Amino acid sequence: MAIKTVHRPVLTFWEKLYLPQVLSGLRITFRHFFRNLFLHIAHQFGRLKHLRAAETYQYPEELRPIMSRYRSRHRLTLRDDGSPRCVGCMLCETVCPALCITIVAGEHPDPNVEKAPIRFDIDLGVCVYCGYCVEVCPEDAIRMDTGILDLAAYSREAMRLDIHELMDPELRKPLTDCNLDFPHECQIHEGELRGAWASSPEA
Amino acid sequence: MLIELSIKVALAGIVLFGVLNLAGFHTWVERKQSALIQDRIGANRAPIFGFRALGLFHSIADAIKLFTKEDIIPARVDRTLHTLAPFFSVFFALVAFAAIPFGDRLIIGERVIDLQVAQIDVALLYVFAMLSLGVYGVILAGFASRNNYAIMGGLRATAQMISYEIALGMAVVGVVMVYGTMDLAELVRAQGRTFAGGWLPLWGIFTQPIAFLIFLIAALAETKRIPFDLPEGESEIIGYFVEYSGMKFGMFFLTDFLETILVAALATTLFFGGWQIPYLTPEGFVFPWGAELAVSNLVYVMLGVTSFSVKILLFCFLFMQLRWTLPRFRYDQLMALGWKGLFPIALANVVVTAVVLLFVGEAN
Repeated sequence: MAIKTVHRPVLTFWEKLYLPQVLSGLRITFRHFFRNLFLHIAHQFGRLKHLRAAETYQYPEELRPIMSRYRSRHRLTLRDDGSPRCVGCMLCETVCPALCITIVAGEHPDPNVEKAPIRFDIDLGVCVYCGYCVEVCPEDAIRMDTGILDLAAYSREAMRLDIHELMDPELRKPLTDCNLDFPHECQIHEGELRGAWASSPEA
Repeated sequence: MLIELSIKVALAGIVLFGVLNLAGFHTWVERKQSALIQDRIGANRAPIFGFRALGLFHSIADAIKLFTKEDIIPARVDRTLHTLAPFFSVFFALVAFAAIPFGDRLIIGERVIDLQVAQIDVALLYVFAMLSLGVYGVILAGFASRNNYAIMGGLRATAQMISYEIALGMAVVGVVMVYGTMDLAELVRAQGRTFAGGWLPLWGIFTQPIAFLIFLIAALAETKRIPFDLPEGESEIIGYFVEYSGMKFGMFFLTDFLETILVAALATTLFFGGWQIPYLTPEGFVFPWGAELAVSNLVYVMLGVTSFSVKILLFCFLFMQLRWTLPRFRYDQLMALGWKGLFPIALANVVVTAVVLLFVGEAN
């Protein structure tokens, strides 16, 4: 076994006196103190806004800027007529490693389009935010670019987003009104859930 | 007699009002100053009617919280001592302020009012006595809690405070020798004269700079705050007040701030001329270049009180800045600094002062 010599730092005379070291420490804290104090006052007068006086983001009022590639809450992109771009190909549901997507495909009114989702649900309580669904989509129908990070709810049920919330990221549960005019199934119309969730044994 | 009494009560009221408010204010200063030092914003979320006032209302919120919290007295503690300890702490810290003069003599008609709650000939001794008795609150808190961590914290506090009191006392001996009095009001008056051709005031900082440094360090240790916060050590080492909750804990907290203010007041009185303003005499400003400006007694006294308050605030600011600059001492380092560092230097300072005084003669 090799012997490793550890060199302990030896304090010089001035360092042993403490006081010069204390003063140099005070210089740093005073510099921060007066710089930030000056900047805070300058901000009150609308000056020097480009220099931040504090690293703090006042969270609910002031959001931290997020990168454009950041994976936040999902949304379904829309065609010009307001119906979802999704063609119900099931690729995202298939690729999803967390099995959090449930799609029920139905016939699209336009004969040129084969299918459309009559249900599209994502359980955010299960989602791992891997972004595979976005990668795999051939129609650019699902994206994770809403920038919504405050995904919190009081129940597991409320974490399940259906097609209303996915098409309009502003919507929050509980939903009272359905304003989608293309054929789809939802609790508001049918009064009950159908599909994978409704039939799964735990539900 | 009744007038005398009411004057005393009013003076005590002024001192208590000022000191307690300043202590409450300290909680805000602590938050905001540390925030500025660490590039943060600090507490600002206690609005009253939408006014945030830079988070000033957090102090009020703290007080309300502490008063309304459950006061837990653990089952096996000594109930009497456990309850008494925080009161001892706060009482001795508050009572010490009685001897601190915060202004010169105010003359209203025939009456001469000393702006000092208690005129004590040995005011300095009195303040030190009260400061020392403050350790009772700490050791009783540790002892009465029946908690090993608490009593260890109490013992650490006691050892630390007793060790540093010696350096503190020795440092002050030099000042007492120079000015030849223990009456704090007289001591401040003696600092009103000038030297170096009238350019410099004869403040303790100029006559006893070494003593000032020792006093400052030892006084910081007396307040039990960082870098000498081994008795409590908020987050890591458990302190003497583990078994306290609610306002009883708040009182220990308050004592810390009160002692900081007391030490700031002492440093001002002993080394920075108390209420003195350079070139301001009871008759008015007398500048060394010959100019004079007469002021009335009331203005003179009020200027003095303002000067005293400003100096205390500056010291509090400095202590707070130090608290957010330095890391905590290790316990053996603490003891080594106190006994092997400060104490011998203070002793040497006394000897040197004595020799110099022998040749130069006392300052008065």
